[in-house]
Amino acid sequence: MSEKTYGILAEFDSPAAILSAAEKVRDAGYSRWDVFTPFPIHGMDKVMNLKNSLVGWFALAGGAFMFLNVVGLIWFSNAFDYPLIVGGKPMFSVPMTFVPAYIMMIMGGAVGALIGMFAFNELPRFHHPLFTSERFALVSCDKFMLLVGSTDPKFSESETRKLLESLGGAHIEIIKD
Amino acid sequence: MGRRSYEREQLMVGATTNLEELKKLAPPAELRRAPVVENNRGLGLLTDQLSKFAEGKVPRWWWILFIPSAFCATVIFPAALIYQVSVGVGAWGNNQPVAWGLDIVSFIWWVGVAHAGTLISALLFLTRQHWRTTIGRAAEAMTVFSVMMAGLYPAIHVGRAWFDWFMFPIPNSNGNWPQFRSPLMWDVFAVNTYLVVSMLFWFMGMIPDFAVFRDRAVTRPRKFIFSLLAMGWTGSARQWHHYEKAYVVLCGLCTLLVFTVSSIVGLDFCTSQLAGWHATIFPLYFVIGAVFCGFGMILVLLIPLRKWCGLENVITMSHMDKVAKLTLVSGLIIAYIYAIEFFIAWYSGDPYERWVFSHRLFGHSYWFMGWILMVVNVGVTQLLWFKKIRANLTALFIIGLLINCGMWTERFVIVVGSLYQDFLPANWGKYIPTIWDLALYVGSLGAFFMMYLLFVKYLPFIAISEVKGATPQGNPHLPAGGAKGEKS
Repeated sequence: MSEKTYGILAEFDSPAAILSAAEKVRDAGYSRWDVFTPFPIHGMDKVMNLKNSLVGWFALAGGAFMFLNVVGLIWFSNAFDYPLIVGGKPMFSVPMTFVPAYIMMIMGGAVGALIGMFAFNELPRFHHPLFTSERFALVSCDKFMLLVGSTDPKFSESETRKLLESLGGAHIEIIKD
Repeated sequence: MGRRSYEREQLMVGATTNLEELKKLAPPAELRRAPVVENNRGLGLLTDQLSKFAEGKVPRWWWILFIPSAFCATVIFPAALIYQVSVGVGAWGNNQPVAWGLDIVSFIWWVGVAHAGTLISALLFLTRQHWRTTIGRAAEAMTVFSVMMAGLYPAIHVGRAWFDWFMFPIPNSNGNWPQFRSPLMWDVFAVNTYLVVSMLFWFMGMIPDFAVFRDRAVTRPRKFIFSLLAMGWTGSARQWHHYEKAYVVLCGLCTLLVFTVSSIVGLDFCTSQLAGWHATIFPLYFVIGAVFCGFGMILVLLIPLRKWCGLENVITMSHMDKVAKLTLVSGLIIAYIYAIEFFIAWYSGDPYERWVFSHRLFGHSYWFMGWILMVVNVGVTQLLWFKKIRANLTALFIIGLLINCGMWTERFVIVVGSLYQDFLPANWGKYIPTIWDLALYVGSLGAFFMMYLLFVKYLPFIAISEVKGATPQGNPHLPAGGAKGEKS
């Protein structure tokens, strides 16, 4: 792999510190940056201006798809392909379709939500440039890290490093891809 | 009170963090909300504590429990299955008129155990009960394993297990399709959906914790396995953003399942014409019964675990108290439903209905079962009104066990108690479980506990990231989370 710079990583000690650092980085005009935290930080969505996640629509699509498919399947199998009179009941009716269709809607919605989450988060992936950093393993423990990506138009190794230092970032490190 | 709490918030967030001022404004001790995690440790120490058990040596108590469970699961269970599948359903005590015996009783019992897990992990998440973060994962695992056990029973109960694929709408050259007018068919979909969705929910919840284990791993195999399971999770704000959305959606869907799956099992009964089954209350009855029984199981599983794994400060007494209160609430609803059932049987004027219900307590063969369920489910549960009992873990453990037995008895009373004396006295019969009935139940218990023990030892059985997020150290707006005076 070529030694391309991926970004600059800085480490913070508390959720409040990373939140205020994120605000400053945003105010300094950076656009391609991200924070890495052991758990979601309350208020970070607002600072990073993240829009409502579209995962919900995936769930809706999955649920609707399954619901309609099961209704169709029941009509096809019980009323069209092999109509069989059972207890004098109609071949096709709402009560007989609703329950299985509803249950399978839940299945479709759940699978849709999971697929949506994986797709938006680009998971699964087996390598990430950040995994080369030794200190990055602490993100899942008690450290909070901020990365400014090298693709950011304002990115400069010296200037960005200075900014992160002034925000109180520790162990500032350049990540290679 | 309102102004007081406002001022307190202002103090916590705002410029003064004067301890004296804070103390003055704090509510009296009995009104204060118990902390989610006690001892007020830092995030790093908490991570160490929560992952320590999975990383450490296998303790002796684990082996003592694991070996008998594994014996039941790998010797008794297959033996019961192989014998039953080779000779047929006749191996069991099932007969005419009691065509549904211990297999269906155990099926409903296992589905019931599952429900409390989903209620804790999903419904209590939607209602923002932060205390549920500490026991949610353990409860969810209980759901997954008990649905696995539940699903097995109907699959063997059909008699010719090799024709189980008939239950799925698979195009085949015979032109066979499932018959969707039957609630038994809906059950197939309900139980399978329940299994798949709760497994997805369980697994997705564990991804950030797999990442914790991956990052802490010291040996290569451990690093490799948890790297695969964590799937490259970095914990970036964008990932958390989508993750949280998916989590809420899955919680919403799982909450629907809490109310649907047992309802559908209830429909199996109430759509039949049999006295004792043909009641509109059954779907609700089964849901509440399921949740009640599951809370009993939660008590049985968590009380020893919190002690043996040294998690008294995470699964706190306050949490056990809350679980006990929820058990009491569901127990009260159950008592109400029993009363309604008896009332309606009398009020309906139907002689068959009256016969069945009077024979639940004063009948021929199984009257004692009726009394066991009344004493345990209605009587013993009332002990939970007392704070002293709720604070006594031994008592809670015993009550949990009794509730599990009581609810098992209840299903026996419903299934067998309604079937063995139906409309024609010439048809009356009796049901006595055989050794194979019991072997299958013991085997499934063993399989459940074996899987649960493996889960507790090798996977993150406390939601590490969720718990950390629910502590004051994880809140960026509190002084403990590093908030300074100048801004909110």
